[in-house]
Amino acid sequence: MTQSYDVIVLGGGPAGVRAAIAARRQGLTVAVIDEGRRPGGQVYRAPNFTVSAADLDANPDLVRGERLRADFAGSGAELFARHRAWFAAPGIKVSAAGPEGATWFESRALILATGTSERAIPVPGITLPGVIGLAAATVLLKAHGAVPGSPTLVAGVGPLLYAVATSILKHGGQVAAVVDLSRPGEWAAALPGMISRPDLLARGLGWMLSLKRAGIPIHHGSTVTAIRGDVNVQEVEICPVDGNWAPIAGARRKTIAAKGVAIGHGLTPASEFARILAIPHRFSAERGGWIPTLAPDRKAMDGVYIAGDCAGISGAAAAEIAGTLAGLSAARDLGALTDAKYAELALPVSRSLARAERFGWTISKLMSLRPGLARAIASDTVVCRCEDVARETIDDAAKAGATHVNQLKSLTRCGMGPCQGRSCGEAAAEIMAADTNTSREAVGAWTARTPLRPLPLDVLLGSYVYEDILKPPPLPA
Amino acid sequence: MHDIMVIGGGVMGCTTALRLAQGGLKVLLIEREGLCMQASGVNAGTLSVGIKRASLIQYAIRGSNLWRTTPEWAGFDAGFHQIGGLTLAFNDEEAEMLTERMDARKANGAPIEMVGLNRAKEIEPGISNKAVLAAYCPIDGYANSNEIGSGFRGALKRAGVEIKEFTRVDGVEREDQGYAARTPAGIFRGKRVVIAGGVWLEELLKRDFGINIPITCRTNMVSVTERLPPVMRNVLGIATSLLTLKQSTNGTVLIGGGWQGKGDTKRGGYEIVPENLLSNLRLACYVIPELRKARIARTWLGIEGNTQDVMPIVGDIPGSPGAFVIGAVRGGFTIGPCMGMLLAQYILGKEPELPLFDPTRVIVPDDTIERVAS
Repeated sequence: MTQSYDVIVLGGGPAGVRAAIAARRQGLTVAVIDEGRRPGGQVYRAPNFTVSAADLDANPDLVRGERLRADFAGSGAELFARHRAWFAAPGIKVSAAGPEGATWFESRALILATGTSERAIPVPGITLPGVIGLAAATVLLKAHGAVPGSPTLVAGVGPLLYAVATSILKHGGQVAAVVDLSRPGEWAAALPGMISRPDLLARGLGWMLSLKRAGIPIHHGSTVTAIRGDVNVQEVEICPVDGNWAPIAGARRKTIAAKGVAIGHGLTPASEFARILAIPHRFSAERGGWIPTLAPDRKAMDGVYIAGDCAGISGAAAAEIAGTLAGLSAARDLGALTDAKYAELALPVSRSLARAERFGWTISKLMSLRPGLARAIASDTVVCRCEDVARETIDDAAKAGATHVNQLKSLTRCGMGPCQGRSCGEAAAEIMAADTNTSREAVGAWTARTPLRPLPLDVLLGSYVYEDILKPPPLPA
Repeated sequence: MHDIMVIGGGVMGCTTALRLAQGGLKVLLIEREGLCMQASGVNAGTLSVGIKRASLIQYAIRGSNLWRTTPEWAGFDAGFHQIGGLTLAFNDEEAEMLTERMDARKANGAPIEMVGLNRAKEIEPGISNKAVLAAYCPIDGYANSNEIGSGFRGALKRAGVEIKEFTRVDGVEREDQGYAARTPAGIFRGKRVVIAGGVWLEELLKRDFGINIPITCRTNMVSVTERLPPVMRNVLGIATSLLTLKQSTNGTVLIGGGWQGKGDTKRGGYEIVPENLLSNLRLACYVIPELRKARIARTWLGIEGNTQDVMPIVGDIPGSPGAFVIGAVRGGFTIGPCMGMLLAQYILGKEPELPLFDPTRVIVPDDTIERVAS
């Protein structure tokens, strides 16, 4: 059975929810498809526990998330929760797999709001139990109020380091140290860009202050070079980095005892559906990697709009506003808004988007990957975990003449596993660019393949008899 | 000046170039992308003699053997595995079609044995009990199509072939001394030229040689599961040829059968057609019920070209001395290395082991073309 809507939104985070509300407000029928049980996405992930007034007082993100959920609930847009979109085609056709099987959708507009994936550049020991991504740490903390191993060393880049470390302390956990690739001077240089959103700047400074007050060591300009332990994480080796984020040879390395590690090296746009739809992409290190090209009104192709971090990392605040803009643009193109009315509604939205983007882009630039980190990956370190491909295998492929990541994939199966390279893609492309002495643009991006994430055949196929199967005429024998 | 230029670096172009170099010619191979990145590299890798067109059986047997022996003639391992092939019929109509098609293949030398359900279940215990008849071809198998581009790159280099990858040919012109290929990287010259342009043959032959051979673009879907414990041993198919199914040594199961997505020669394969995908997957799970427990990891598209009579074109390009064409081979992955070998034998002045396929038979007059060679 096919469900029909005017607008389908992929993703129920800040961008998707605001897009749905904006389109619904103009009288359109809207369905939001999201993997989670409730709207909010990663950043405003809904807690699996009852929220108290004290929780809300302590956490402005929770307030924002609850407001987002309340607004959505009152909007009349429909949520297909626990549904994973696996297919999209122009026209527009979408399919999503949910608890009761596959649901097919058709619509007149599609809004992509699929957010971001965390980048993790591998180090020896990253697969030890007790090591999780920074984003995974936020899931533990936000959804379950649970802390990672105590004490946890928090490492990588960007404001998420401080958000996670502060949240661990608030939930009664211990933090061994924060290891930040950025130097204080780089944070200071980002200040002018962050002043555009004083509220967000104040929150970030608050995190740093509370860590200082708690006496948590913060190692700026440093990276994790090894995680060690027999069965679980026991200690973490860190080392100062140069301006390219390469560990400085001969610099004094420090060993810190920890039972858990939360590590993340920035965010990269989750634009797989835009790639499936053959929307052209360009490489922008400052916005997190390969980003889809789109017009200022968020339109990327006929009937398709993109909002939020999947269009280039710009943060949750900008995502909400871009979502509203995408919803309005879809409503205009579907005839639910006159051009005049659209102009009136969209102008203030565009202005506040510009302010929020200035903040988000500053942070994104701070987090943008520098080449030294991936170049430092040791030969025997596994880069692609799905297919167990080590750095040296990638180097060998480049030596054998591979110049594009799709050739690397064919040759080594790197990125060919169930995650389709979401975990290793950034590291593998950086290594290829270094090995071939070219650039990330030159080595390209892996082709995204339907269904993007492994899809159970049982869910997809339903029950059928032989006669139900289409049988086109066979070719000549 | 090279002795010969090969334009197109798929299985046909690579094997032709390699054999020509081994025969003593100075060869240049030009490929628009990387070697074997289109149909040659993205097909499911099935090497089934038992499901080929009856008139191509001898070519398929040789092709399959050549994949088995790549270490000897090309110096790399193509991942050849001979696991046997079982083709099933699920009703009387299909049983009749299976018998008729297999009889024709047997008559042309395919080692096929018709078996009932009990024998079929001995050969392949996991198949559905609903099969009424099966054909078993013990020499069927597969190779790792995704790895051959790299294998051929090494082989060609060792044989002294000059390779230009990611180099688009914008035009081939006849000159006094032979042919000139215009590319963004400059003009290359060869005394002779082989056009091995896959599904793009119609455009290339029209543009550069003024002949019109209609090529139908088929956009085939292939899907692969995650790694699974063993669920099957053979290459499996059905009487209508609408399914190929096999489990690789790494545990993934490849599901193909020529189900159509959307694609063309301009954009390549660009869109999956969900009702076709569902039918393809349903057939696969109907044949091996255990597969229902698996998860699909990826589905992709590859485009191939068929002539109007769905037979290959391998031989001289009419009206252009010293120019040759190779392609449009249905079952081209299996048969490709054989065609490359045959064309190279012909170009090197030897008698090909099997007859070539004169393109003249499928030329259609086209008034919009000005004859270049008059």
